[in-house]
Amino acid sequence: MLEAIHTKKGLQLCLGLLIGIVFGFLLQKGGVTRYDVIIGQLLLQDFTVVKIMLSAVVTGMIGVHLLKSLKMARLHLKSGSLGQNVIGGLIFGIGFGLLGYCPGTVAGAAGQGALDAIFGGIVGMLIGAGIFAAIFPKLQKRILKTGYFGELSLPQLLKVNAWLVIMIVCAAIVALLFIMEKSGL
Amino acid sequence: MEWLRLEQWSPYVVGVGIGILSWLSFVLSDHPLGCSTAFVRTSGMIEKLFRGKKVEERPYYRQFSPTITWEFMLVLGIIIGAFISAKISGQFQFNWIPPKWEASVGDTVFIRWIVALIGGIFLGFGARWAGGCTSGHGISGMLQLAVSSWLAAICFFIGGIATAMLIFRVFPG
Repeated sequence: MLEAIHTKKGLQLCLGLLIGIVFGFLLQKGGVTRYDVIIGQLLLQDFTVVKIMLSAVVTGMIGVHLLKSLKMARLHLKSGSLGQNVIGGLIFGIGFGLLGYCPGTVAGAAGQGALDAIFGGIVGMLIGAGIFAAIFPKLQKRILKTGYFGELSLPQLLKVNAWLVIMIVCAAIVALLFIMEKSGL
Repeated sequence: MEWLRLEQWSPYVVGVGIGILSWLSFVLSDHPLGCSTAFVRTSGMIEKLFRGKKVEERPYYRQFSPTITWEFMLVLGIIIGAFISAKISGQFQFNWIPPKWEASVGDTVFIRWIVALIGGIFLGFGARWAGGCTSGHGISGMLQLAVSSWLAAICFFIGGIATAMLIFRVFPG
């Protein structure tokens, strides 16, 4: 039944839009469509971004893995390499710090009227993504393949049961959030 | 329904909400939440307006065809959803310079614009290099326990913290 839904193209575009509307609504309500909140996180003064991300990760991790056990969902692990994730991640980080929004929150910021997000962030992202697409053939053979590990999950890497990793990671995140609240962050 | 008009919700309510949204996204669309591919596809669509069909021959656009897809609609939805939330709580406002930026760097629109533009270029370029962004890697990938995503998300914050600290050290206000 679910596959019948997945293959309906028009329905999927509508679902994408609906999920996006809820996502944008939540991001705005969380305050993370604001430059001040995101920069506050990067300056380690305001931990809203980390609190939202980690509570989403815990909730999502338990639910999605349960749904996978019930055969209602499939995982979509992104393949990766050191050259791709570390170097790309650091380049992304420079942009994150300069712009003060990320690709999802820049769209949310645009929705709440931030002109720096629209004419700076979104325009810049389109240019940056275009440059990447243009030079991709040069990067593809070497640097993006350096330290390649593919579609690897933490349980596969550690050769243990996925639920063991889920329990440990969730417990660690909840403990971290608890400590953050206790210490007034 | 007064809660819908509140300016801000607890980060944990928002986080759990996004987590539940990720369940729906996996079940109904067989798709993790992620934003950055929408930007590369749109970039391709814009380039196609100027350079025509040959843009589609680029190897990267053979992987990510420059067309309107689920992620494009997701990003469009984010703009609409944030607009609705801001509007009903009275926070919608056209604004060039965020308060924290103004307090440190100043109120020159051109400087904010150029830094945001350069930041955007790095962000769009880096997101495609890393294969995802704060939602695709940071939330969806981390919740799937993908090694690539944990690595990328850690590097997003290392780069972001270093850059933000540098800017606010150079411009202490």
